[in-house]
Amino acid sequence: MVMEIVCPAGTPASLRAAVKAGAHTIYCGFNDETNARNFPGLNFDRSEMRDGIAFAHAQGSKVLIAINTFPRAGDEALWHRAVADAETCGADAVILADPGLLAYAARQHPDLRRHLSVQAAAANADIINYYADVFDVKRVVLPRVLSVPEIAAINAETEVETEVFVFGGLCVMAEGRCSLSSYATGLSPNMNGVCSPASHVEYLEDKGALDARLGGFTIHRVGPSEPAPYPTLCKGCFGAGDKTGHLFEDPVSLNAEQLIPQLQKAGVTALKIEGRQRSRSYVAQVVRNFRNAVDALDAGMPMPEGMLAKLSEGQAMTTGAYKKTWR
Amino acid sequence: MDLTVGPNQFFWSADRWAGFYDDLAKSPVDRVVLGELVCSKRLPFFQERVPDAIATLIDAGKDVALTSLALVTLKRERKQTATLAEMGVKIEISDLTALPHLPKGAAFSVGPLVNVYNEGTLIWLASKGASRICLPPELPLASVATLAKTGADLGVAIEVWGHGRLPLAISGRCYHARLHKRGKDNCQFACEDDPDGLDVRTLEGQPFLTMNGVQTLSDTYASAAHQIEALTHAGVSSLRLSPQSKGFPQI
Repeated sequence: MVMEIVCPAGTPASLRAAVKAGAHTIYCGFNDETNARNFPGLNFDRSEMRDGIAFAHAQGSKVLIAINTFPRAGDEALWHRAVADAETCGADAVILADPGLLAYAARQHPDLRRHLSVQAAAANADIINYYADVFDVKRVVLPRVLSVPEIAAINAETEVETEVFVFGGLCVMAEGRCSLSSYATGLSPNMNGVCSPASHVEYLEDKGALDARLGGFTIHRVGPSEPAPYPTLCKGCFGAGDKTGHLFEDPVSLNAEQLIPQLQKAGVTALKIEGRQRSRSYVAQVVRNFRNAVDALDAGMPMPEGMLAKLSEGQAMTTGAYKKTWR
Repeated sequence: MDLTVGPNQFFWSADRWAGFYDDLAKSPVDRVVLGELVCSKRLPFFQERVPDAIATLIDAGKDVALTSLALVTLKRERKQTATLAEMGVKIEISDLTALPHLPKGAAFSVGPLVNVYNEGTLIWLASKGASRICLPPELPLASVATLAKTGADLGVAIEVWGHGRLPLAISGRCYHARLHKRGKDNCQFACEDDPDGLDVRTLEGQPFLTMNGVQTLSDTYASAAHQIEALTHAGVSSLRLSPQSKGFPQI
C-alpha cells in the first residue's frame, strides 16, 4: 500500500495545486477560530470548501477539515456548526482535538469520520485506543515528540491508523499543551488558533544588529548580513546560567523525508506536511517531492535524494524527535 | 474559597520532599495533590516516602490525591499510570491516559494540564466521574464563570490557579539535559540543582521563563490573591497553590 500524502491547503488555489501535484489527501479549515491556522486571509468559507471538496473528489483526492482548536466556553455553537458544515460540504473526515467536541461529533454526526488532531497530544497506545473506544476515532495524528521506535511500538498495539508529520514547522513541545505563546502575547494555539502571532512581532535595529521581539520580549538577534528567522517562541534565543543560545530548539524545521522507509516499517499510514500558511507553489513542490518518494518506495526503488533544503524555514532542517537524538 | 496544594513540579531530594509534606500537614490547606507530574525518572528517588506522606496528610485531615504523569510515552510510564490506583487514594488525572485505568465508578479530579476549555468537555469528564476540575491557567475569567456554572449544575467543584510559576509547556525533550549537552536517557539529573527551576532570560536579560527538565514554566509567580472576590463571584470554590522550595507556609 502506498503511504498516503496528507497535504495542507490554506486557500482554494493551494488545494487545487496540491491535488494536481499528486496529493492523496488535502487538509484545510474554515476561515474562523475553529482551526489552528487562523491567520488573516487564509482558509475557506463554506462555498469555497464545498467547491474545493468537489474538485478534489473529482480527481480522486480526499479532503479533511481541521476543527482543532478548543471551543470557547459559551461559544461552542461556532464549533458545532463547523462540524455540521464539514459533513454538508462532503468532507471525508474531520480532525478534532477537544474531547467535548469529539463527543458532540460522535453523537450528532456518527457517519462523519473522525481523526484525532495532533493538538490532542495522544502519545501512547493506551490513550489512542481509548479515543477509538469512546469516540470511534479512526486515525490519530501523532505528536512530534515521539521517536520512530516509539511510533512502531504504538502501531503494534493499536488498530487506529497513524499519521505523522514529515515536513514543515516543528513543535518541540507536546502540541495542544503549550501556552508559551499565550503567556507572551495573550494569543494561543488552543484558544485562538495562532502561535507567536505576527501581530506581536517587532523587528528593531540596534547598532547594526537586528533584534526580533515577540510580545515585547527580545528572543532573537542577528548581525547585519545574517538572515533573521521568524521569532517563534520555542525557537528563540535565551540565556540560562552562564549559557546563551537556542535553549529549546534551533530555528529549524522538520524534514523526515529520508526516514520514510523507517516510518513505513513502523506501520505509519499517512505522512503529513505542515504549512497551511504556505504558498501554493511551495505546497505543489513539497507534494511532488513526497509523492515521488512514496511511489518510489512502493515500487521498491531507492528513495530520491533530498531536494527540499531550500524550502525549509531558515534553510536549516532536523529530523526532530524521530531519530531519537532527543533521548 | 478553600485551598488545594498541587503536585510539586520540581526535582527535590527525598528528604526535602518528605519534609515539605510534614510541614504541609500542619498548614491550613484543605487538599493536597502529590506524586510525580513532570518526569518519570524522578519518581524512584522519593517513591518510598509517598505512603508515609499520604498517611501523615490524611491523619491531619487533608483530602489527598495522587497525580498522574503529564506526558506518558514509555512503557514504564504507561505502567506507572495504570497502577496509580493501587496506592488506595483518589487520583488526579494530568493526562487523559490515566482515565481508562481508573477503578470503575471512582471519583477523580482533573489537573490544570488537561485541556478543559468548554462545557462539552466538562460534561464529558463529569460523566466519567470527575468531581473536581482545576482549569487551565490560560482561561479568561468569562470562561471560568461559564464553566463554574456548568460545574455547579453537575456537582463538579471548579478550581483555578492560585499561586506559583505557571506550567506553560511539556515536551518529549529534556531542556536541562540539552543545556548540559546530554541526552534525556543520560541526563544525570541535571535538574536537581534547581529546586524551583532554572531561570531563562531574554537577550536583554529580562527574566522570562523557567526551565524544569521536560517542562517549561513562567518566570513570574502568578497569584490570584487580588482576584479572590471576582473568582468567588464567578463560582470558583478553590485556589490551587503550587509548591516552591522557600516561603511556602507563608503563602
